[in-house]
Amino acid sequence: MSEPQGRGATGVLGRAGGEGSMQQWLRTRAGTRAGNAALSWIREAALLPVLVVILVVGAILNSHFLTISNFTGIGQQASALGVVVVGESLILLIGGMDLSVESTYGLAPMLAAWLIVPVAAFGSGTMLNPYLGILLLLAVGAAVGLVNGVLIVKGRLNGFIVTLGMTILLAGIQNGIVKGQAPFNWPTAFGYLGSANIGVVPVSLIVAAVIFLVTGLFLRYHRLGRAIYAVGGNLAAARAAGIKVDRVRIGVYVAGSVLAAIGGLMEAGRVSSVVPTQGYGEGIIFSVFAAAVIGGVSLRGGRGNMVGAASGVILLGLVQNLLDLENAPNYWIDAIDGGVILFALILARVIGGEAAAE
Amino acid sequence: MTVTTVPAVEAAGIHKRFGSTYALRGVDLSLLPGHCLGLVGRNGAGKSTLVSILSGILPADAGQVRFDGEPAPANTAARRTRIATVFQHSMVVPGLTVAENVFLGSQPGPGALVDWRRMRARTTAVMAEWGFDIDAGAPCGSLTVEQRQIVEIVRALAAGTRCLLLDEPTAALERGAVQRLFERIRQLRESGVAILYISHHLEEVFEICTEAAVLRDGELVLSAPLAGLAKDDLVAAMVGQTHHPERAVATPQRTPAAAGVAGAVAGDGAGARAGAVAGAGAAGSHAAMLTLTGITLDSPGTSLRGVSLTVRPGERVGVTGLRGSGMTMLARIVAGVVAPDAGSVRLGDRVLRPGDRASALRAGVGYIPEDRQADGFVPQLGVAENITMAIVDRLARFGFVSPRRREATAAPLAVRLSLVSAGLGQPVRELSGGNQQKVTVARALARDPRLIVAITPTRGVDVASKELLLGELDQATSAAGASLLLATDELDDLAICDRVVVLVRGEIFTEFTKPPFDRELLIAATEGLTDSPGEAS
Repeated sequence: MSEPQGRGATGVLGRAGGEGSMQQWLRTRAGTRAGNAALSWIREAALLPVLVVILVVGAILNSHFLTISNFTGIGQQASALGVVVVGESLILLIGGMDLSVESTYGLAPMLAAWLIVPVAAFGSGTMLNPYLGILLLLAVGAAVGLVNGVLIVKGRLNGFIVTLGMTILLAGIQNGIVKGQAPFNWPTAFGYLGSANIGVVPVSLIVAAVIFLVTGLFLRYHRLGRAIYAVGGNLAAARAAGIKVDRVRIGVYVAGSVLAAIGGLMEAGRVSSVVPTQGYGEGIIFSVFAAAVIGGVSLRGGRGNMVGAASGVILLGLVQNLLDLENAPNYWIDAIDGGVILFALILARVIGGEAAAE
Repeated sequence: MTVTTVPAVEAAGIHKRFGSTYALRGVDLSLLPGHCLGLVGRNGAGKSTLVSILSGILPADAGQVRFDGEPAPANTAARRTRIATVFQHSMVVPGLTVAENVFLGSQPGPGALVDWRRMRARTTAVMAEWGFDIDAGAPCGSLTVEQRQIVEIVRALAAGTRCLLLDEPTAALERGAVQRLFERIRQLRESGVAILYISHHLEEVFEICTEAAVLRDGELVLSAPLAGLAKDDLVAAMVGQTHHPERAVATPQRTPAAAGVAGAVAGDGAGARAGAVAGAGAAGSHAAMLTLTGITLDSPGTSLRGVSLTVRPGERVGVTGLRGSGMTMLARIVAGVVAPDAGSVRLGDRVLRPGDRASALRAGVGYIPEDRQADGFVPQLGVAENITMAIVDRLARFGFVSPRRREATAAPLAVRLSLVSAGLGQPVRELSGGNQQKVTVARALARDPRLIVAITPTRGVDVASKELLLGELDQATSAAGASLLLATDELDDLAICDRVVVLVRGEIFTEFTKPPFDRELLIAATEGLTDSPGEAS
């Protein structure tokens, strides 16, 4: 009686199940095993055929499309959006929703730039060290995420409304501190991330790729990453499993906002100034959600990965570029953009099958 | 043998209060390794609260929980290695693999990283050690309910837990799976695992438990080895003094007792009913209330192959079978929720549009759905609004419904079903499971249906409410001359039926025409075992 754990090798199921049920059991098992591998592969690659089609169509339409200089351009343009999409995807994975990433994307670089540049370049005149400015930018992101997270998780307020309010508040501050002006002319250190190249490759593209890769590996191989899926997939189960659910959720809101701030820094560097409309004024949140959802990140939480999110970003980037190259009529560009997003969604759903259903 | 004398789990003087209501009052409980304790009680008796306190989800106001003689660890992760709860609602994350769900929150790996290969290997090893066989790499979303439950049990075993708390584990399982689960529970028990088993089904408790504890109004009113107990003792303890146990429940193992349920439920109406049915029979089969012709449906999980069936006015027809036999699907087709691939549903001499619930409702088909959480009511809305949901067109004047008119209509139904609520405006979400089911039944009765389609209407409902619900269904049908189509795998419920049709793999296997129905024969028939419809002469 000293060894209650010890058990014979006889199967509980083997004894209990009759012949028929056993066969049924084996059949379902075989089915799931084969189906399993195929399913996850399809889900992750759902957008690949679409990307290939766009590449082919683009090459036919415009001889400049398939060139290195064009692609580095797309890379630089899309990387700012991509970094924000990583942040929003994390938040979607825990079953959350954050509209305010677009304002963080504007306010964080605006505040930093305003403190860095001289009065003549629409700064405050504080002449803050640019490295401190970048730290400040990250801190702004973290602070916004923390406030959002605490209000939503601890205060149990509705995430949609909290972040909607936060969006407008932050965008107002962004506009207010510079009175509608756009600070520019900062030390190279501040603009480096968004404007520099290593060889022909933009630094922002490298950084964005690294962020995608690291986040993807983190989600797959780190306990916290797995906890994110558990929290989004079944909150009660995650809690019962001893996962510190609240901490994970707040942490993800913080991470998401910090990533949005980094994305904002990239965009500021790329255009060499922070315009008051960066983020909220441009309505980038729609592109952020579109990229994530086209890439298979579920709005209901617990489902999605970085491969999908990245392909969503690339798809939007390619389409945007193609429209620019083809000089699509300006007045119609939004309509085409929206149509492409809907089309990509439907296609991803058709290819991904039930796995891509909401 | 000293191990066995220290209880695996012990609760001493547990008190718990929610606001002004006492959920638990000084509950003492102990469970030795290798034993299985059946914890029973009516809805609201405090079972769920006790489960929550033992598994560490809720703190107790007073009292102590001990595992193997040591005070329970405060933090959830440590607690999890001492006692593991398999909840009624699945605690499996559908998007993650089996291995991940087994090691949820405690994945093996160097530091905080996850070593996928080791996690899968360890899952497979634990599965093999305990004789389970589920692919560690399969996503849990693709598993059956039974398999998910195994994942939860394996999760507990992998964490080294030797004390399992099973909260209504059979509620969502078909009969074969229930038997396999029982076999597993026995095996676990024999190898020294302590099991706390919570169930509404007393026969289950008698089948696999070694002792029983009964909660009533937050107090432990009985705790004894099952050997010296009869079912009536448990029922008496559950319902207390206000009830007559000899009428409450029949011993379902024997036929005369099953008839006893019918007697208790139908009361003195049994004779009158027989007369009514005979009369209907004399009127001839052309006056059938419901005529199903060649219902055929091919869907994943269930298929129906040319089912034809008639129900006469005032007749109560039970449909039973295993999960997957097409029993619930047939009922859903009649209710107009699902459209069959072929075949027709006729009510009186009118052919119902397939898959059109609204027109079926107007034609007079009341429907009590299987999953009351999903289809039975709108949880945020009040009792009265839910009950009158199907009859707003009758209550409304120019599209407006006054709350007073609504409540006046709902009140008699609520009274008839002894629905307990703080008022007819109380959101249904706040009611207990049994009362929620009463709302669903009231909604079906509200429109004076000519035919009521009910799918497992008593699932998850305590013994006393079960009797009441069945009685109400019985009365509603006999009083209004309505017919009843009752699809259920709870054989006790079939006692109110005049006739029982058994489906096996989508076809009518046999029919029992003469109540009382023999339980053993019914079970054999659902398994498709007997070829001669025994007493169905």
